[in-house]
Amino acid sequence: MIFEEEYYAAGAPARVSQNGIFLLAPTLFAHGTEEQRARLLPRMARADDVWAQAWSEPEAGSDLAAIRSVAVRADGGWLLRGQKTWSSRATYADKGFGLFRTDPTAERHRGLTYLLFDLRAAGVTVRPIPQLDGEPGFAEIFFDEAFVPDADVVGEVDQGWRVAMSTASNERGLTLRSPGRFCAAADRLVDLWRRVGDASEAAPADRVVDAWITAHAYRLRTFGTATRLLEGGTLGPESSVDKLVWSELDVALHETALELLGAEAELSGPDGPDGGRWLSGYLFSLAGPIYAGTNEIQRDVIAERLLGLPRGDRR
Amino acid sequence: MRFALSAERLAFAASLHDLLAAADTPAVARGFAAGDYEPGRTLWKRLAELGVAALTVPERWGGLDAGPVDVVVAFEELGHHAVPGPVVESAAAAIVLAESGVTTWLTDLARGEVMASVALPPHVPYALDASVAAPVLAVEHDALSRVDATGGARSAAMSSVDPARRLFTVTGGEVLARGEEVRRAAAHAFELGALATAAQMLGAGRALLEMATGHAKARVQFGRPVGSFQAVKHRLADVYVALELARPLLFGAAIAVADRSEAAARDVSAAKVACAEAAYRAARAALQVHGAVGYTRECDLGLWLTKVRALMSAWGTGTVHRARVRAALAGREVRR
Repeated sequence: MIFEEEYYAAGAPARVSQNGIFLLAPTLFAHGTEEQRARLLPRMARADDVWAQAWSEPEAGSDLAAIRSVAVRADGGWLLRGQKTWSSRATYADKGFGLFRTDPTAERHRGLTYLLFDLRAAGVTVRPIPQLDGEPGFAEIFFDEAFVPDADVVGEVDQGWRVAMSTASNERGLTLRSPGRFCAAADRLVDLWRRVGDASEAAPADRVVDAWITAHAYRLRTFGTATRLLEGGTLGPESSVDKLVWSELDVALHETALELLGAEAELSGPDGPDGGRWLSGYLFSLAGPIYAGTNEIQRDVIAERLLGLPRGDRR
Repeated sequence: MRFALSAERLAFAASLHDLLAAADTPAVARGFAAGDYEPGRTLWKRLAELGVAALTVPERWGGLDAGPVDVVVAFEELGHHAVPGPVVESAAAAIVLAESGVTTWLTDLARGEVMASVALPPHVPYALDASVAAPVLAVEHDALSRVDATGGARSAAMSSVDPARRLFTVTGGEVLARGEEVRRAAAHAFELGALATAAQMLGAGRALLEMATGHAKARVQFGRPVGSFQAVKHRLADVYVALELARPLLFGAAIAVADRSEAAARDVSAAKVACAEAAYRAARAALQVHGAVGYTRECDLGLWLTKVRALMSAWGTGTVHRARVRAALAGREVRR
């Protein structure tokens, strides 16, 4: 947390390695073999291998357990068949990780396996998808008999759901969405307000105050989460709270900045104020309530697993 | 750094919860509203046996001198159970008295033998429940007065949105102390009162969420519990998020006040704003989930809903507290 706080306060850039170090690495710590950790982690840390996640499929978005892509037994490993989509960073990444159906007779959450694959391997095709903000941030991946050796199975075969979910909390808070990132953005917003805000207008000032309060609250809350982890606790459904907090904060923060910027707010790229960072940050923030499990799914998790309300029509 | 309540404090909160859960606090609050103060006084004495009344009283006067974190722990439970009476005011009055060098009532306050009220204009213009309190204090500029003494006057009782609260404007009275230390004592008491009020709102918000969740599980419409509908689930999830986010601000502010940090006023105000918004969100959601039955006087829900609405503007409105955060941010170095 301290490193992340300083990293973002210094205005350091987003890290190309983040999906590896924040999502796959914790999974390998918990479920990987000694051999996998020794082979994969140093190259990941040096960004020699850039990793992409591959969870969603055309028919499996919020309903992730509807995954159809399969891994079929082959000599010494598995052959992948199917399609993944909205794969962040796959456009330029070297390797990917995701869930594949290994037991075609099993239903839903059962019979899935957590596999690592080479994005440059024969039988793998990557098609970039331009995003709302114009960046090729995510891609479709097509698998046509792409080979994965047994050494690249993480955890037990057919136990992939448990493996993936045990570290899904990392994406919802704490590391990948460290408070330092939002505290730094809130500080920049305060700075913007002091530079361009009209002191006689209370409404935008209140929005600045509320964004700062939420960032400050998220930071303190994460101290509490860190304390819980240090004392032997685990990240559970509570991380859905974090995901709602940072994703909505990020949108509110950038909306407030655009409000403060007046007519200049629509100017994009180098034509825009502060090099266009507020507008690009705003466009990026709009994805937050969708990825890492939509905010609707997170609210379901909170209602059912933390408040104990009955499950609805979802299976 | 550890950011979690100690086992002792969790046990303190649990003991208060157990006492209050068995004390039929809705009946006590209804009694208070009807002018029957005795059950409220008796409850306060029982809370005093667990140390609640002594939290802000110095040790030499029989107090615990416990500090703001314990105050927050206790007042969250008072709010959780909608305990009526001038409870925040008694805690704040003890600070004003002790730090102004007036020791007359401190021992009785620590024991819960008396409850006090205090007006700290401009943001606390009324003395709450002055009809059950003695002493009734007021600070004007650098003068601390006892209003319920010769020369003092109080208005007729004014009713509040919360039927258990009665408000009084107070004037005159006997000057007990005057000077810079009174000003400082009043400023400290205001921070503590705002913090304790925020804590009460967090507790009340929790109670409202518990009521709403319980109702949503039990109430069946269209052949299923209404809590299985996403519109209900998501509204209650948002309440949970707001309360969970307000809590660390509350405890962070308590630590800032305890440390006499320069950021204490900013942090108390951030906590008051967040606790008020969360509790109000809880009140609105709880009423909506209950439907018409929640809108009746008979339903206990209203005790908490009206209390939250009253506490939102007590000890500084949202506007007042946002302005204090804004002032702190406007004057602050931004790290780059």
